[in-house]
Amino acid sequence: MDFSFLSNPDYPILKAFWGNIQLTFWSAIGALILGTVLAGMRVSPVPLMRGFSTVYVNIVRNTPLTLIIIMMSQVLYTQLGLKLASRGAGAQGAIDFLYNQNFRLAVLGFILYTSTFVSEAIRSGINTVPAGQAEAARAIGMKFTQVLGIVVLPQAFRAVIAPLASVLIALIKNTTVAAAIFSAEIAGLMATMMENEADKFVAIFIIIAAGFIILTLPVGILLGRVAQKVAVKR
Amino acid sequence: MSSNLAVLYDIPGPKARRRNLILTIVFLILLAAGLWWVYAKLDAKGQFDWKLWKPIFQANTWTTYLLPGLWNTIKAALISVVIALPIGALLGVARLSDHRWVRWVASVIVEFFRAIPVIILMVFAYTLWFTVFGSSSPLASVVIGLVLYNGSVLAEVFRAGIQSLPKGQTEASMAIGLSKSQMMGQILLPQALTAMLPAVVSQLVVILKDTALGGLLLMGYNELRRAANTAGTNLKDQLQMYVLIAVVYIVLNLLLTSTASLLEKRLRRGKRGPRELAVMMTGAEAGGGPSMVVTDEQGNQTIA
Repeated sequence: MDFSFLSNPDYPILKAFWGNIQLTFWSAIGALILGTVLAGMRVSPVPLMRGFSTVYVNIVRNTPLTLIIIMMSQVLYTQLGLKLASRGAGAQGAIDFLYNQNFRLAVLGFILYTSTFVSEAIRSGINTVPAGQAEAARAIGMKFTQVLGIVVLPQAFRAVIAPLASVLIALIKNTTVAAAIFSAEIAGLMATMMENEADKFVAIFIIIAAGFIILTLPVGILLGRVAQKVAVKR
Repeated sequence: MSSNLAVLYDIPGPKARRRNLILTIVFLILLAAGLWWVYAKLDAKGQFDWKLWKPIFQANTWTTYLLPGLWNTIKAALISVVIALPIGALLGVARLSDHRWVRWVASVIVEFFRAIPVIILMVFAYTLWFTVFGSSSPLASVVIGLVLYNGSVLAEVFRAGIQSLPKGQTEASMAIGLSKSQMMGQILLPQALTAMLPAVVSQLVVILKDTALGGLLLMGYNELRRAANTAGTNLKDQLQMYVLIAVVYIVLNLLLTSTASLLEKRLRRGKRGPRELAVMMTGAEAGGGPSMVVTDEQGNQTIA
């Protein structure tokens, strides 16, 4: 099998994978925060917040990620004029702007989408905490934010590490959808390579598949171990 | 804590009620501010002009762009699930085989295709099809990509379904002298299939959403998202088209999700006491032929 494309500077495979890793990194942090907030709202005493969280999760979760990412560019940026990057001078400035803008729009799209799955995972984690924990916390006079923040969520997080690992792995794979609006990632590069080096398509697929296995496998194994270690024994 | 999440807070007294009211108002203001921002920006761009929304209600838009796109989306999803189910069953059963090498091969296949993004599989399938048959087939590349991924996911669903069956089922089949394939085909698989039906319907949501990947990159499959994009470009109402198809996707997926939970409820109900007989008698109505009866006869020990 011919792997000569690996040394071809036209095909920056590692750089493209680095793009996916960066997308994953920022999206994961954002989705964890937004997802926790959504889960907190879902169990809060304020009916409006509960309603909002429920509606948000059910709408966004049922929309294809492809559509969300494209709407980030064509609705949020083109129509609503949301700028997430500043434009420098000259042609290079315009190129840099488009790169940063689309990268950040993609990250925002991934955060909005992935947070719904994080929220659902945390909510199911809250369900694994025995009611006595919250009742005891309330009995000693804690208010809702304390019950949730000090007693329930720390236990819930321990229970949801395994489901969150699946969400993270799904996110790593989903970052390829950024290809719809952002060029510096692996799916778009793969399509270009497939067109130009069609005779080596099996080798190209093997290399890129291997890349994803290298990215996802350790996450699953590592977080699986962590999940076992921190699990609350009941 | 599953039954009642209200266990997290006390029944609000006067002070808490006031605080909740303040929170509600603050949240409402934030929400309204966000919506107002969207409204003002869109209004400034003239996006609420009726001219731009009118095509949604014209038959021409639907027959030219949207219905073919919707049909392509549903077609790809249905073909994929019909092919992925038997492949998933085969791989799931193979992962439970007594022969180590069969287990090993099935595990490698399942883990491999689960680790790779669907869009990568589609791009590969597109090129593979082109190399073998000398012509491009967007539908085939979308279906192959979806089958490879979802076949592997369904394999895990099948495996979990079979493993969730009580051990007595296997032991009883062995005791009456069934062969391994008879046991799998006549006793275990039919029961696992009914138990995992809700999970399969839920997977359909994932498949339906993933068909939207087919419109990207090389594949260029004219599914709903791509069709709406074409319509939006030609009619100059991209935003309206995207909003419309978002609603279509959400409604379709919510229907599938509620079907899944309905099935789950029905299956669980069918496994309890006095209702059991009723479900047995009207097995056909409950959505199953003879296999349904098998499940219900022995369902007492089965955990869904």
